[in-house]
Amino acid sequence: MWRVDLADRSRAELAIQVQKLSLWYGNFQALFEVDLDVKRGSITALIGPSGCGKSTLLRSVNRINERLGSYVRATGSVHVLGHNVLGEDVELARLRRQVGMVFQRPNPLPLSVRDNVLFGHRLHRADEKFSKSQEDEIMEAALRQVLLWDEVKDDLGQRAIGLSLEAQQKLCIARLLPVKPAVILMDEPTSALDPQATEALEHLIWELRGDYTILIVTHNMAQARRASEETAFMLLGRVVEHRRTDALFLTPRKQETADYIEGRYG
Amino acid sequence: MFEATNLNRRNHQIQWLFKVLFGMMTLILIVPVALILGVLVAKGGPAISMEFLFSMPRNGLTEGGILPALIGTMWLVGVALLASVPVGIAAAIYLSEYAPDNWLTRGINLAIINLAGVPSIVHALFGVGAFVVFAGFGASILAASLTLAVMTLPVVIVATRESLQAVPMAFREACWNMGATRWQTIRIVVLPNSVSGILTGIILEVSRTAGETAPIMFTGAAMFLPFLPQGVLDQTMALSMHLFVISNSIPGMSEEFKYGTALVLISLVLLMNALSISFRVYLRGKKKW
Repeated sequence: MWRVDLADRSRAELAIQVQKLSLWYGNFQALFEVDLDVKRGSITALIGPSGCGKSTLLRSVNRINERLGSYVRATGSVHVLGHNVLGEDVELARLRRQVGMVFQRPNPLPLSVRDNVLFGHRLHRADEKFSKSQEDEIMEAALRQVLLWDEVKDDLGQRAIGLSLEAQQKLCIARLLPVKPAVILMDEPTSALDPQATEALEHLIWELRGDYTILIVTHNMAQARRASEETAFMLLGRVVEHRRTDALFLTPRKQETADYIEGRYG
Repeated sequence: MFEATNLNRRNHQIQWLFKVLFGMMTLILIVPVALILGVLVAKGGPAISMEFLFSMPRNGLTEGGILPALIGTMWLVGVALLASVPVGIAAAIYLSEYAPDNWLTRGINLAIINLAGVPSIVHALFGVGAFVVFAGFGASILAASLTLAVMTLPVVIVATRESLQAVPMAFREACWNMGATRWQTIRIVVLPNSVSGILTGIILEVSRTAGETAPIMFTGAAMFLPFLPQGVLDQTMALSMHLFVISNSIPGMSEEFKYGTALVLISLVLLMNALSISFRVYLRGKKKW
């Protein structure tokens, strides 16, 4: 798995390359030959009205759509770091190590803060030995990177479920970091949070760019403007327009884009 | 303008009527429980003594104690649990965490529900055929316990499956999305958070097993044995069977002995229920969400 052939080399410049991706839920076609390139280390926002397929597109990158059963069918390709993740010989555990995901509602595991942060690390590196102090270092680095360390360092054994929603969501990001994913997918990561927590999260997401490639679905256009470098506008299962965020919001090329960002539908 | 109208008053009256009606029904519900316990304690209490609990019966069961029946019930319940719990939990984990939703799974679920509805005397006959005769265990603790195990299996499965399904789906998905396998998810997240429900279900089940008479009557329980069981291939006495025998077939049996035996049996059951409830309370306090 993860074979590297020369033809794939050029694709490796891109963190994600979606090509002619069509996806059906039963007889309903949710995506129509979608193309999308996401540069390494960038933050790309997916915007569009409800039902436009942006979450479906996001969930195709780590293939959690498939969990809905065999009535989900897809054609086309999704390359992550130059490798087609829709291929036959893809081990989902390794794919999800490279492509982490953050959800609308924070979903920390019913474990301690420490065990949450180290969960993925222990899962994916179970065949290596780590001392407790090494684990502590890894945990601290992850918690510092999500700006949560100072808040939880005094009680790392506390239950993650007891934290504030903001802290829980940061924790959900922190637990992805120890295994150094290439891509982090975020599905409306702030929609369960209050405005202050949203701001803190956006700040954090902005800080993570460069180290990680982030693809974020948002309903909040102000958020897309503030916290992304590129924005793709989707409508009815197609990518209508994909450009630099400021350009897309200031001078949309398509009428549909202009209508959406001016709030005429959505 | 906000005074009650006649319509409002009538609504309130009707609502009060139903509240009282339902409350009375609830009271009726606890009357038999209170009566049974009260009568047993009043009539059987004087029989309870160290000798009654810990000595062999004498003089055609009319004197002495119930020790072999008490020990026998523990044997039966213990062996039945050893057989039904591992199978039941494994089956429940499969059904809850792995099984695809297809006709086979639905068929199995239907079979489990039906198995739970089979009358215990039918289980007894099955036990005679399958364990006593076909498997060649003879009338023994093993045959009787396996019969009880088959009978209790559906309840263990249902209780386990319900506790597993009480663990929010979001936890599983969070695990899977991190790249965990189903088994890693079950081991790290699902089981630790459902163990309280599973254990409670099992203990409640034990108490039911302890009281069963029909399934053990033909498969391993004896009216009277002058010795304690030494192994699973021995026959044994049992509390429920003993109660049945002394209430039915022994002339000149003292009332006190009958009620005393019933009191011991019901105390055993209530003790186990109390244990399971306190255990659940304890584990719920430790729950992580």
